[in-house]
Amino acid sequence: MATTVVMEALSPTMEEGRLVEWKKQPGDVVAVGDVLAEVETDKAVMELVARAAGTLLAHAVAAGTTVPVGQALAHIGAAGEVVAAGAAGAAGAAGAANGRETTPVAPVAVAAPPLQAAGGRLKASPLARRIAADRGLDLQAVTGTGPEGRIVLRDVETAGSRGTAPSAPLAASRPHVLTPAEPAAAGSAYTDVPLTQIRKAISKRLAQSIGPIPTFYLTAEADMTRAAEAREGLNALGEGKVSFNDIVIKATALALGQHPACNAWWQEDRIRYWADVHVAMAVAVEDGLITPIIRHADRKTLREIGAEAKDLALRARERKLKPEEYTGGTFSVSNLGMFDIDEFTAIINPPEAGILAVGRIGDQAVAYEGQLAIRKRLRLTMSCDHRVIDGATGAQFLRTLVRMLENPLGMVW
Amino acid sequence: MAVVTYRDALNQAIREEMRLDPSVFLMGEEVGVYQGAYKVSRGLLDEFGPMRVVDTPITELGFAGVGVGAAMVGLRPIVEFMTWNFALLAIDQVVNTAAKMRYMSGGQISVPAVFRGPGGSALQLAAQHSQAFESWYAHIPGLKVVMPATPADAKGLLKSAIRDEDPVVFIEGEMLYNTKGEVPEGEYLTPIGVADVKRTGADVTLICHSKTVSVALKAAEQLAADGIDAEVVDLRTIRPLDHETVLTSVSKTHRAVVVEEGWSFAGVGAQVVDVIQREIFDELDSPVLRVTGADVPMPYNKHLEKASKADPPKVIAAVKRVMYLEP
Repeated sequence: MATTVVMEALSPTMEEGRLVEWKKQPGDVVAVGDVLAEVETDKAVMELVARAAGTLLAHAVAAGTTVPVGQALAHIGAAGEVVAAGAAGAAGAAGAANGRETTPVAPVAVAAPPLQAAGGRLKASPLARRIAADRGLDLQAVTGTGPEGRIVLRDVETAGSRGTAPSAPLAASRPHVLTPAEPAAAGSAYTDVPLTQIRKAISKRLAQSIGPIPTFYLTAEADMTRAAEAREGLNALGEGKVSFNDIVIKATALALGQHPACNAWWQEDRIRYWADVHVAMAVAVEDGLITPIIRHADRKTLREIGAEAKDLALRARERKLKPEEYTGGTFSVSNLGMFDIDEFTAIINPPEAGILAVGRIGDQAVAYEGQLAIRKRLRLTMSCDHRVIDGATGAQFLRTLVRMLENPLGMVW
Repeated sequence: MAVVTYRDALNQAIREEMRLDPSVFLMGEEVGVYQGAYKVSRGLLDEFGPMRVVDTPITELGFAGVGVGAAMVGLRPIVEFMTWNFALLAIDQVVNTAAKMRYMSGGQISVPAVFRGPGGSALQLAAQHSQAFESWYAHIPGLKVVMPATPADAKGLLKSAIRDEDPVVFIEGEMLYNTKGEVPEGEYLTPIGVADVKRTGADVTLICHSKTVSVALKAAEQLAADGIDAEVVDLRTIRPLDHETVLTSVSKTHRAVVVEEGWSFAGVGAQVVDVIQREIFDELDSPVLRVTGADVPMPYNKHLEKASKADPPKVIAAVKRVMYLEP
């Protein structure tokens, strides 16, 4: 009995994938875990691995083809085994019939189970199927609330009593079924604070005024002369290079630690204040950008941040990042200094509440200690989600950040 | 009805059957002068004398063989094992001789013997003395496997086992001997191969046997506080398994959790799940889950031992999963 290889959901949001290249050819013997193919998801190029051992029987799709999650790509079975035409044709069904085939490879951060099974195959408990058949109910019109969208007895009963498909309202109400904020346990990763009435009013009015994320911008200039000296001194040690961007990330992380109000996510009915600082850094890739995360950046040394940022940026350009490496940031940093941009405004990456846009460091004639002097100056612009961060809150964070950059020893104080 | 202990209910069963039938006799380690390691045979030596209440040496294979031989020539031996852990030494006589004799003699020779004693774990008896072997014996065609959970069932089933024309493996529980329950007055028999609904409910079926019946009943009580109405089916006999009672209950509740003391792999629950999914697939609203002992030799450490056993919190967690109340 052959096992069907299906297009797996390799990222939390993936709905289809492009088969970039087959790594195994028909007739090849494969073991569980062997890389069968490279698949381009909406975020990265990932490896599709074998879930069964045997001989790869045939490719059902050619390299370069884009197929929906759940569709059959190939079969693994005994050498010479012939797969029934129906098995290849009823691709999604054959694949999803074996529950393991649709399980995402990468452990994805806790997400609500999809309301409909990946791949579109309808899953229903035997009892739900029988009752639906008895009542002439179309299961396609019923929303499953069991694991992986399985339709269970209660779903059929609800659908039966309403007479129509409840899928749309249920899906829409999804974000609101979250339980009310719990008091944070000691050491928990974040604290959820329900919205006060004033915050509700602010969020509603401001969102009406400007886009779904009411953004405002704060700009400040930092004197980077001492940071430049510190960087030169560190690099002179010859133990790895530190870039200005690494220094900005480190200072941002430390400043976020001092201003947790800016280290937060907008969660519709609450604001999630994170206990840990995970800085996302925007990296330009060939046809877009991606934001790999430097986790616990506030606790890492400059040297660690430098090495990690270099590695992440390199793999981002090669599109080799794993989903957990580019999800879960608490604040973003975007730097266009290397393109000689003086200053710019960056777009917030929701649900994060802030992003820092970093311009170039350039020699400027400024008043310094009562005299005209040439100093290295840097313009920083912070975009703030006004539903989370108020002007004064963001300004205080930015002031701390500027002070840290102007006096880098403050980072080790 | 009189309230008696499980051990005294077993004593009544043996005493009544020995009074009724002179071919019934009891043999085993310490059953006579010492009145039984767990006092199940208290007073029997005085009443029936040393010819019918026989103290054996510590030779499980030997005296099990004597029992099988006696049964083959017309007696009805009750062979007591101090525990089923020690009976591993005698399993060749039980499996290869007692279970096979009727078949291999073309129906000429039967073995109406009862092999009985406590099985499973007690408290801190460690890896070698805490084992539940019912699935081993239930695997064997030619054996019946009976595991009562209450004093009333213990008495009625042991009397049926003694009268049965074929070998019966009768597994008691060390932790059950002191439990009390109502036992009907006068002569009665509880049929082998018939399960018993110990608690009726509408939402989920808990299938259990022996010591796990009290685990399931406790879980059901706590679930009731959460508004979940659990039905508890006590298998009472592992082989032959009462399909009808199990299937009727699960057809009503559409969800089931099988609870057993032994290890998961190839356990009794695996057989129960097989029957349910095969016979009433279309009645199931969720996969049948099992709560079993942990897949390790029983730890001696008190806390680890507790963590290894099937208990009400584990049953409750499984119930919430089959009801889709928890992931």
